[in-house]
Amino acid sequence: MSLLAFCKWLDATAGSTALRESLFMYPLVESSHVLFLMLFVGMTVMWDLRLLGLTLTNVPVTVMADRVLPWVRAGFVAMTVTGVLLSYAIPIRTYQSVWFRAKVVFLILAAINVWYFHARVLPNAANWDTDARLPWVVRRAGLASLVLWAGIIVFGRFIAYNWFDCDIQPQPAFVNWFAGCVVPPPQ
Amino acid sequence: MLLEFFQWCETVRLGRLVVESLWLFPVIEAVHLLSLSMLGGAVLIVDLRMLGFGLTDRSVAEVFRNARPWLIGAIVGLIATGIPLFLSEPIKLYYSTSFWVKMSGLAIVLPFTFFIRNPAALSEPVRHTARRQMLAGALSIGLWVTVAAAGRWIGFS
Repeated sequence: MSLLAFCKWLDATAGSTALRESLFMYPLVESSHVLFLMLFVGMTVMWDLRLLGLTLTNVPVTVMADRVLPWVRAGFVAMTVTGVLLSYAIPIRTYQSVWFRAKVVFLILAAINVWYFHARVLPNAANWDTDARLPWVVRRAGLASLVLWAGIIVFGRFIAYNWFDCDIQPQPAFVNWFAGCVVPPPQ
Repeated sequence: MLLEFFQWCETVRLGRLVVESLWLFPVIEAVHLLSLSMLGGAVLIVDLRMLGFGLTDRSVAEVFRNARPWLIGAIVGLIATGIPLFLSEPIKLYYSTSFWVKMSGLAIVLPFTFFIRNPAALSEPVRHTARRQMLAGALSIGLWVTVAAAGRWIGFS
C-alpha cells in the first residue's frame, strides 16, 4: 500500500472524520499544539542560547541538560501527540502539502542534530562544561537547532495556506513533484 | 467612539499593505509565532524556577536576569508583528470575543509582569518570598497561556 493509499484509508476512518468535523475538538487540539510550542520550542531556545553562550553562561551545560531538557522532552511528547492528531484529522491534504513535507525534512535534520550532539558532543562535556564560550562544535549544534526549529514553525504555520495545494492547478512542476500531486496529463 | 477608532485603523496604509499582499499576512503571522516561542522560553524558565522546578540550584534572581533581555525581545517582537496583523482586519477584531479576551489578558499580564512578577523574581530570599514567588510564577503561566490561547482562537471565529 502506498503512503497516499494509506492516507486515503486513514481519511475514511470514523475517528479521522469525527475529529475533522468536530466543532471544538479540532480547534482545541490545534490550540494545544500552538500552546505547547511555548513549552517545547521555548525551552529548546533557552537551551540553544546557552550552547551559544548568549544566556545563563554561569550554568554548566550538564546542569542545563539535567534540569531543562526534561521539560523539552515533555514538550516534545505533547507536540507529537497533538501534531499526529492534526495530521490524522486531515491526512490526504497534509501528506500532499509542500509545507508539511518541508517540515518533515527539517524535523529529520533536527533529529540528526540532537542525535549527533548527544552521541558525539555531550559525552565530552567535562572539557568545556563550565565555559561561558563553548567550542564551535557545541555552538554549531545550538545554532543548527535554532535555525531548524524556526523553519519548522514557519513551515508548520504555512500548512494552513492553500497556495500550493494539489487541487489548485496549474502549479510549477517542482511543486507537483515535491507535493506528490497526482495531476492528469493535459488534454 | 471605539468603533470609529477601529474604522479609522482600517484606513491605515500599513494594514492595507498587508491585506493586499498574498504573503505578508502569513509571514508576519509566522514571525509572531516565532516570537511567541521565544516568549515561552524566557517566561517559563523563570516561572518554573519560581515554582521550584528547572534550574533549582540557581537563584530565581539569577535565572530572571539571564532571561530578561530575551523576554523584552520577545515582547517587542510580538507587539511589532501584532500591530500590522491587527491593522489588516480591525473591524473583524472589533466584533471578535477572542480578541477582547486577549486584549484584556494583555492589559493584566503586562503590568503584572513588569510591576509584580519581575520585582518578585528579584526580591531577596527572606521569609515568605518563596511563597510569593510561587504565586507570581503560577499566575504568570496562567495569564500568558490565556493570552496565547485567546490569540489562537481569533483565527477560528
